[in-house]
Amino acid sequence: MSENAAADGESLLSCRGASKAFGAVHALYKVDFDVRAGEVMALVGDNGAGKSTLIKGVVGIYPFDEGDIYFDGQRVKINNPRAAASLGIEVVYQDLALADNLDVVANMFLGREQVHNRVVLDELAMEHRSREVLESLSVTTLQSVRQVVAGLSGGQRQAVAVAKAIMWDSKLVILDEPTAALGVAQTRQVLDLLRRLADQGFGVVFISHNLHDIFEVADRVTVLRLGQQVGVIDRARATQQEVVELITAGELAYVPGMEESADQ
Amino acid sequence: MSDQTDDTPAETDDQSPDSADNSGKRTAGFDAPHETSGQYLNHRLNAMRAGELGALPIIIGLIGIAIVFGMLEEQFLTARNFTNLLLQMAPISFLAIGVVFILLIADGEVVSIDLSVAFVAAVGGTVLVLLQRPNDPGWPWWACILAAIAVTTAIGLLHSLIITKLGIPSFITTLAGLLVWSGVVLMLTTQFSSAGTIRIQDDTLVGLASNFLPDWLGWSIGVAVVIVYAAAQLTRMRSRQQRGLNAKPLAIVLGQIVAVAAITLGAVSIANSDRGVPQVTVTLAVFLAFWTFIASKTAFGRHIYAVGGNDEAARRAGINVDGVRIAVFMVNGFMAGVGGIILVSRLRSVATNTGGGNLLLNVIAAAVIGGTSLFGGHGRVVSAFYGALVITSIQNGMDLLGMASGTKFVVTGIVLLLAVLIDSVSKRRRSARGLA
Repeated sequence: MSENAAADGESLLSCRGASKAFGAVHALYKVDFDVRAGEVMALVGDNGAGKSTLIKGVVGIYPFDEGDIYFDGQRVKINNPRAAASLGIEVVYQDLALADNLDVVANMFLGREQVHNRVVLDELAMEHRSREVLESLSVTTLQSVRQVVAGLSGGQRQAVAVAKAIMWDSKLVILDEPTAALGVAQTRQVLDLLRRLADQGFGVVFISHNLHDIFEVADRVTVLRLGQQVGVIDRARATQQEVVELITAGELAYVPGMEESADQ
Repeated sequence: MSDQTDDTPAETDDQSPDSADNSGKRTAGFDAPHETSGQYLNHRLNAMRAGELGALPIIIGLIGIAIVFGMLEEQFLTARNFTNLLLQMAPISFLAIGVVFILLIADGEVVSIDLSVAFVAAVGGTVLVLLQRPNDPGWPWWACILAAIAVTTAIGLLHSLIITKLGIPSFITTLAGLLVWSGVVLMLTTQFSSAGTIRIQDDTLVGLASNFLPDWLGWSIGVAVVIVYAAAQLTRMRSRQQRGLNAKPLAIVLGQIVAVAAITLGAVSIANSDRGVPQVTVTLAVFLAFWTFIASKTAFGRHIYAVGGNDEAARRAGINVDGVRIAVFMVNGFMAGVGGIILVSRLRSVATNTGGGNLLLNVIAAAVIGGTSLFGGHGRVVSAFYGALVITSIQNGMDLLGMASGTKFVVTGIVLLLAVLIDSVSKRRRSARGLA
């Protein structure tokens, strides 16, 4: 991509012309995607529109075939999940990946336990830090950070998963359908949590099918359709109807079939 | 993670999960920092209702056993029989420690198990006995012990590589192992002895499972255990209070210290009124303490529970899941070696049928009866001791009553079934709580 297409200065994450093909299928085609620090960027699109592929490219699970990624103003290569984590990009997956039999503290530090004398778990330090992080997110419905995760509600689990994600100097948090399995009250909790994350300066990517949730919390909305970006909308100046139209009938810059034949 | 059950005061929500969600009013933070004893007991009671039973079924079971056999047979509750019991339960306890680790890493619906543990132990015992034969080759006792443990640990490694790298379930791998290692024991014992029985001649090795400590040493160790326990509990409570974290109420901590002191010193006193505290019991206590430390205080232990709870979560957290499984099978192999040494030391010999009979079932039953879940992720190292105590007491009682072998098998089988039933009911309770 040409230099003038590079990130605008204020974006935390910028993808420019991101493309990914699986065999003959263009899962993503020349997608531009920007997230600023301190905003909730919703990512929407029908099934198969490329939401997951875009995210997997950003976190290095399936690196893009083409296109550039800028993070914090620097051009970066993200070829594996570790590279993404070291930049400060964390993902909270839909299935949360918490161990039910462990307590909140153990889950938050899983795989990155603090020890003293190289051997003994520093439970006090970990418990202290867990409480700090959860309190900074104003997660106050937990009875105790020593509670086993099996006993938590869906919203509380989501909060623990998010807290786990932001504990490691992360700057960008990506949440994959965090409200999909939740009831009304718990969805409310999670949406409030997303807002607080953004207010604290994190870049937040919120993937969802639920336009109602998106319009409650997102600052901007990026719409994908058939692997292409068909619009970036300022939530304050758009209606849900406009977003629905983009999702279902957004204008494609490149018509998939045509592109294939043109190449050959 | 049930090894934290005792350590974690406010383990369970004192409200239903629903009401926890609309409690925007409660903004003060997490734990009420100074719980009263009443609140603490209330939390524990709620945790039990929710399926975190801890050692309660065991305590009830042991009291029941004491009452029933104590009424039926006057010999049962004597000091003589108490020390006998401590000697009898030793081999099962050592082997069950390893099996607890194996059960902890069960993944999802597939049970993780070692069906070969009794015969692997017998292989270790056979190696020990063969190496100590005077002048043939007549290794010193400590070298025999190291060799036996090295062999069984290597067998554990072999099993784990087949399971993790070839993807064969532990059930099948160790079922094959059961046959293979029983064959190896048979081959070795018949090869080196026409009678199929080889005696241990080294006094130190015989003493491992049959020596008693002098009275003064038994008392000293008992007192030391109580002091260490009390110091650990009190420092823990103080450092938590200093960091402003929720600590157990003082009354509860003191109560626990008094209970531990009463049980430990009571046991020493009873044992000393007979032949003294068996040396093997102290050895067992050392191994229990060591593996409890590994399981509950180290990152490795934490990872074992994580693999047993949700292996996908463990993998995403960057834990080398196969590495943990391999290490766990090696721990089990190591403990099989230790148990095998105690086993042959107790028998003073190794024979063609060493490791056979119902040893395997007793070991697995001990781990499960002691409270280790067959479904993975729940259980404590000390459950090996509890379970071995229960199962050995029942068999010891039935032996005193002169019951037939058939009856003993039936009763042991029913007790095992009961333990699994408790496990699966409490699992259902735990998950019902999790679904909320």
